[in-house]
Amino acid sequence: MLELFLAKYNYWIVILLMMIGLYVVVARGNLVKKIIGLNVFQTSVFVMYISLGKVAGGTAPVLTGKNELFSNPLPHVLILTAIVVGVATTALGLAIVVRVREAYGTIEDDEIEEIERQDMAGDLEGRRR
Amino acid sequence: MTGSALSGIMPHLPALQVVVPLLSAPICFLLRRGLVSWAFATVISWAAFATALLLLQAVLTDGTIRYEIGGWAAPWGIEYVIDATNAIVLVIVAGIGAVVMPYARRSVAAEVPANQHSLYYTAYLLCLAGLLGVSITGDAFNVFVFLEITSLSSYILISAGAGMDRRALTAAYNYLVLGTVGATFFVIGVGLLYMVTGTLNIIDLSARVPALQDNRTIHVAFAFIVVGMGLKLALFPLHTWLPNAYTYAPSTSTAFLAATATKVSVYVLMRFLFVVFAPTYGFMALTLNYVLLPLALIAMVAATIAAIYQYNLKRLLAFSSVAQLGYMVLGIAYGSVQGLTATLLHLFNHALMKGALFLAVGCIMLRVGDVTMLGVRGLGRQMPWTMAAFVVGGLSLIGVPLTVGFISKWYLVTAALSDGRWPIAAVILASSLLAVIYVWKVVEAAYFKEPPAGRVVREAPLSMLVPTWILVLANVGFGINAEFTVDVAQTAAMGLLGIVP
Repeated sequence: MLELFLAKYNYWIVILLMMIGLYVVVARGNLVKKIIGLNVFQTSVFVMYISLGKVAGGTAPVLTGKNELFSNPLPHVLILTAIVVGVATTALGLAIVVRVREAYGTIEDDEIEEIERQDMAGDLEGRRR
Repeated sequence: MTGSALSGIMPHLPALQVVVPLLSAPICFLLRRGLVSWAFATVISWAAFATALLLLQAVLTDGTIRYEIGGWAAPWGIEYVIDATNAIVLVIVAGIGAVVMPYARRSVAAEVPANQHSLYYTAYLLCLAGLLGVSITGDAFNVFVFLEITSLSSYILISAGAGMDRRALTAAYNYLVLGTVGATFFVIGVGLLYMVTGTLNIIDLSARVPALQDNRTIHVAFAFIVVGMGLKLALFPLHTWLPNAYTYAPSTSTAFLAATATKVSVYVLMRFLFVVFAPTYGFMALTLNYVLLPLALIAMVAATIAAIYQYNLKRLLAFSSVAQLGYMVLGIAYGSVQGLTATLLHLFNHALMKGALFLAVGCIMLRVGDVTMLGVRGLGRQMPWTMAAFVVGGLSLIGVPLTVGFISKWYLVTAALSDGRWPIAAVILASSLLAVIYVWKVVEAAYFKEPPAGRVVREAPLSMLVPTWILVLANVGFGINAEFTVDVAQTAAMGLLGIVP
């Protein structure tokens, strides 16, 4: 069991991070904390990609002309793109949270839900804001 | 001169299809003035539509097109691959964009604050570029990148409704969280595929993956990709983001996204299921039958019933979209040529119906400012053209003969019966009958109830009625003469399953 863990420890870390991230997204009611959870979740994927490109004993893939063993650079490059995507998502998510705060006066899930329930009741009475 | 210029451009059409809208997005932002941005975005949309039509024609006459981006050969560089399947998806996306843009000017002016107009059109162009990119690319990781361009811009398109109703913000936020989880699931799947096969090119993957059908990593990749795309295409029970997002977004966003975004996700699911994984037995083949099929059937019935109880027309149509996506996934779950033909037909047809319906609702939003059952009361006489468009769209949604809805249902039922699965055919018919109820509720309110006393409403402006009616007439036109769409869908379905005609 321990050997299984140690031989593939990077993937265990990936799974752990992934679960922590998803748990935070689902379980936390604070909109900013949800974004943080999303970040942890995405980071786990970055780690997965980066570690699968690692070749044992390989160095950084810089062409020096010498006969060296390189790690696979492709997953690393892919993850550069994914990091950019992640940053953009975080930025947009936080921007929306700022607007939510302005519109509702809170960033707690349950309080927003309560306000929306009142909005919905208002709709049903046919009142227009 | 024009002839030689055109022949010089022709070989690069696949790149131009994506690059033109992508590069015009920052230009649109720099234009600053709302009206100028709108005119620019409209021209670009029509250019993209023309490109898509030329590509479809080229594919139908000469077969699959492969285009190397930047001249880098396929396994190393990214290539665009266009066959009948994605050519038709490109035409749907670009066509809806081209029809919606002339409509957008009045609708967006009424629903989005004036200082955000040029940003709104910038987000729209990015979304268009992303959707076209997802459809056209032949590289698995590139699908993810374009998917995220699409998603990020569609969160903006949805939150732009905050000026009308603050709930647009929470809708966009929930979509952002679930959409990101979905896309990340997809990219995990792609990473696992790369781990096993060492390639990201979809054609290479399709050569290597089927030989590894019993590989555990491939199974995990399969599960992640199916669930990820299930989230993106709002497959029941992963559809929770959709109703709010479609309800509170500006009408133009709703019409554009409802007709294109989920369709593109359905396409990606089809491409991965049948081209990359191509399961013939075991875990993956069983998933089609025992996971996707029941979920599709539940979606068809449950979402239709949910739609019946809605008070807001946009939300009603959103739930109906979830049901209609069920029809599409049902065709996928059959896994047969007939099933995929039905899915592809419905992909095209549903874009026409939901486009027309949401545009009609947008007209009501502009003139009445209220798209609830109360707001549509008596509109049959006050806005005859808009409501007539809604009725024809509704009939198409039900699947009445002479509309495209009938064609889709016909092929879905035939596909079910050809496998001897008549209970499924019965469920399809039952959910169509249930659809009659929600369409009737709107018709009843519009034609048989008196308008609120003292309300004076004019018919919607021509710039909005004409696009709506273009889609309505397309519903009837392709419903009467379905030969072309059926032919293309059949070719595409056989292409996906690797059957040589």
